[in-house]
Amino acid sequence: MADKILMKGNEAIAEAAIKAGCMHYFGYPITPQTEVAAYMAKRMPKIGGCFLQAESEIAAINMVYGVASTGKRVMTSSSSPGISLKSEGLSYLAGSDLPALIVNVQRGGPGLGGIQPSQADYFQATKGGGHGDFKMIVLAPSSVQEMADLTVKGFDLADKYRMPTMLLADGTMGQMMEPVSLDYEVKETVDKPWATTGTKMEREHNIVTSLFLKPDELEDLVVERYERYKVVEENEVMYEEYMMDDADICIAAFGIAARVAKNAINEARKQGIKVGLIRPITLWPFPVAPFKKAANQVKEIISVELSMGQMIEDVRLACECKVPVTLCSRTGGMIPSPEQVLEAITRANGGAK
Amino acid sequence: MAVVFDKPHALTDVPMHYCPGCTHGIVHRLVAEVIDELGIEGKTIGIAPVGCSVFAYNYFNCDMIEAAHGRAPAVATGVKRSDPENHIVFTYQGDGDLASIGMAETVHAAARNENITIIFINNAIYGMTGGQMAPTSLPGQVTQTSPYGRDTKHCGFPIRVCEMLSELEGPEYLERVTVSNVKNIIKAKKAIKKAFQNQIDGKGFSLVEVVSTCPTNWGMTPQNALKWLEENMLPYYPLGVYKDRSAKEETK
Repeated sequence: MADKILMKGNEAIAEAAIKAGCMHYFGYPITPQTEVAAYMAKRMPKIGGCFLQAESEIAAINMVYGVASTGKRVMTSSSSPGISLKSEGLSYLAGSDLPALIVNVQRGGPGLGGIQPSQADYFQATKGGGHGDFKMIVLAPSSVQEMADLTVKGFDLADKYRMPTMLLADGTMGQMMEPVSLDYEVKETVDKPWATTGTKMEREHNIVTSLFLKPDELEDLVVERYERYKVVEENEVMYEEYMMDDADICIAAFGIAARVAKNAINEARKQGIKVGLIRPITLWPFPVAPFKKAANQVKEIISVELSMGQMIEDVRLACECKVPVTLCSRTGGMIPSPEQVLEAITRANGGAK
Repeated sequence: MAVVFDKPHALTDVPMHYCPGCTHGIVHRLVAEVIDELGIEGKTIGIAPVGCSVFAYNYFNCDMIEAAHGRAPAVATGVKRSDPENHIVFTYQGDGDLASIGMAETVHAAARNENITIIFINNAIYGMTGGQMAPTSLPGQVTQTSPYGRDTKHCGFPIRVCEMLSELEGPEYLERVTVSNVKNIIKAKKAIKKAFQNQIDGKGFSLVEVVSTCPTNWGMTPQNALKWLEENMLPYYPLGVYKDRSAKEETK
């Protein structure tokens, strides 16, 4: 077994990215993700990589756009208000079919909001996060190990499908310390003949652009991109099921909310309540199938979130309104307690016995 | 028959979309001639802006990237940093792109002495969107969004980019040129060549501001536009070298 070291979630992201062959990082300070930048600032110069503190989140994502255009692995990280500023760049990355990894260690919003953990950027991440028809692959880690694993996975998926991939974490995941193994064998296997690295006078010039003024041409490109999205939906869905075999109540939760929910589920099971968990690991593509199946098995689905209820809309769509889907949440930087979730489970089970 | 005049190799063989009398064509040609003369086409990556020269990516034979509005210096930073030894990177930007929406990216790329070349077209108007007031529109200049003339009490003064950037420690080379006549065109080419040579030599941020015309949106004939440029633009935007660190160090 590989050696494990104790690391903060944010640091695990940074080291995993380096292990994945990412030698370029651009960022702008914002709490609660600044450790990623600090780690990169320390490590990159030692390994011949490039850490550069940009003048703004907008500049950082456009530096990412520049490196991505040359076909190299590149990332940026930020937190909610910073991601709003990067949204222009996300749309351009998607519109130019460029791979990149964007990390959002979410904090409470809207506006400047707060600096405590949140999941209130679910809509922003999964429904586009910028103007125009596009999707990002959105990965939601629930442990420090997953912060690292999904970082590596994120680079692979971005390259494979030529699209931006977002790691959607939260302040708790970023700050939490856990033992983590970073023993990766990373192989970049994707050819990038489209990259703008100079023609060497050996080929026609490559052009990276998202501008297509002829509407029929733009439509064709967007439709082609959505064909690719369909392949992502067919092949890349990831989720975890926990105690779902005999469950008649289902919790839907991702990230830190899923960890809280597991505690509540363990407690409820002790009381004889048959409750399980479906934890989406990819938020886009959303794991529709397990929820569709659960809708024929359970009497209620409870969506546990750190927001006013955002993923709940996808859960409802997935189970086609066959069962009630209710919300158990806190927002603004507050985290639902296991007791609050247990209470919701008990209510769904018909009240306290 | 002997060929006495030809298109530079670094320009593609497609018709440009620019209006009659527009000076973009001249500056494109100068950049392409310099790329040819320095033999760098195969390692050059150009960044096009948003504005009239948005389609510059179709006109240069080197690899090209289309940036978001104003972000070309940040994109160029990424491209340069991805392989500093082997990439020659230039941006081609207008006044709205460089001096309004992209001012932060411009200033900080200059402050970092980012080893890139910037060709800055200043024609004191937004051309692509149909002639609105630019950050470089002159006091009193009539545009679609300053229909009574630019009122400096209401919307301030035009920005002199070379002068402003020359106050920074960072940049290597800043020069303002124009392409109003043959003599000036020759000077402009010399400046553009220096701005690329500086990058090859690793000297850093080199920006050439080209005072240009927009006959269509100025509402003038090409000839009158050039006359207007010389009479109105050049007094506000004096030509010359605003910074040349290496030359200064040599004379010390």
